[in-house]
Amino acid sequence: MSRPGDASSGRGPRGERTSVAHQAQSLPGTHEAGHEHPTEKTYIQIAGILTILTVIEVAIYYIDQEAAWLVPALLVLASVKFLIVIGFYMHLKFDDSRLAQIFSFGLGVSLAIYIGMYALMHFHRALELTALMTSATR
Amino acid sequence: MAQAVLTPEAQTQPHGSGHDTGHDHGHADHPPTSTGINSRKMLMWLFLASDCMFFGALIATYMIYRNHSLTGPFPHELIDIPYTSVSAFVLLMSSLTMVLALAALQKNDLRGSRVWIAATALLGTVFLGGQFFEFTEFHHEGLSLQGNMFGATFFTVTGFHGAHVTVGVVWLLTLLWVSLRGGLKQEDSLDLEIAGLYWHFVDIVWIVIFVMIYLIPYDKSTEQLHEATAQIFNTARMVLGIF
Repeated sequence: MSRPGDASSGRGPRGERTSVAHQAQSLPGTHEAGHEHPTEKTYIQIAGILTILTVIEVAIYYIDQEAAWLVPALLVLASVKFLIVIGFYMHLKFDDSRLAQIFSFGLGVSLAIYIGMYALMHFHRALELTALMTSATR
Repeated sequence: MAQAVLTPEAQTQPHGSGHDTGHDHGHADHPPTSTGINSRKMLMWLFLASDCMFFGALIATYMIYRNHSLTGPFPHELIDIPYTSVSAFVLLMSSLTMVLALAALQKNDLRGSRVWIAATALLGTVFLGGQFFEFTEFHHEGLSLQGNMFGATFFTVTGFHGAHVTVGVVWLLTLLWVSLRGGLKQEDSLDLEIAGLYWHFVDIVWIVIFVMIYLIPYDKSTEQLHEATAQIFNTARMVLGIF
């Protein structure tokens, strides 16, 4: 990936662009020079993998809905599908790493929102439970 | 970051030339940027990052209020997993046709790109039709935005996702119309790539929704919630000694 100081990126030591002519030789777009996108065959294979993962998700849902491993397994499978789509179909695996950083930031904030709201609910319920227990023991 | 220094050659280059000679994926219509990343593409990724937060908040709200409906209908009475699985498969396949459309355009296969764009729009429309049918069925069963927590959060999350799919379908049909009029050529493939990023994002959001809303059993999260709450309560009591 193009990083500051990397001669192939057309950047100076502190990450600044030095000239448009230099840019034109490297990567004015978003792709690394020299890399290749997956072929159509790879895209179809990836679609097959995504389909298999979806079938597994639905299958384990029907196998045992009471199993302790069900929710973690579903979350892992969904995460794998998520990463495959953004990596290969959205080309994040092959594009400039800064695009991945931008998206990761948004994803991280959304996860933080989720965890924060869930934790808030847990503590809120714990306090409610405490109040109930206290009133019951009096 | 320092501004780019324009050389005379670069200043006189016509719009759409002088870029990415070794890896031209339709970025040629963009002037040089100080980051080296096409501004339109970076803007789309910024939008997708912000949309991640948007859907993150919606899905978090759904999960928090998941088991807080005081009256029915409840999720396990309505949700049809086989039906939704087919919808999920349709949307997954639309991601494949989308990426094939882009690959075709980048190879200057205009006919192929039109076929795949049309296929993507068609699959998106099938998904929307399925969602409309599902919403209608749920409504007939008594589920509504105002009826209970499940209805409010379910329709909000899936409704906003459906709105995103609708925007994507309109976008794709517009690109198809432009292509049929000869306005979408190999050098314009960035236009299709950006639309594709949006479409794939819609797909990954559904990957998450499919698991969080449909596949995780209704009472599962309640049990885990209570267990976690009890653990937190006991830990706090032992550590702080305040209860």
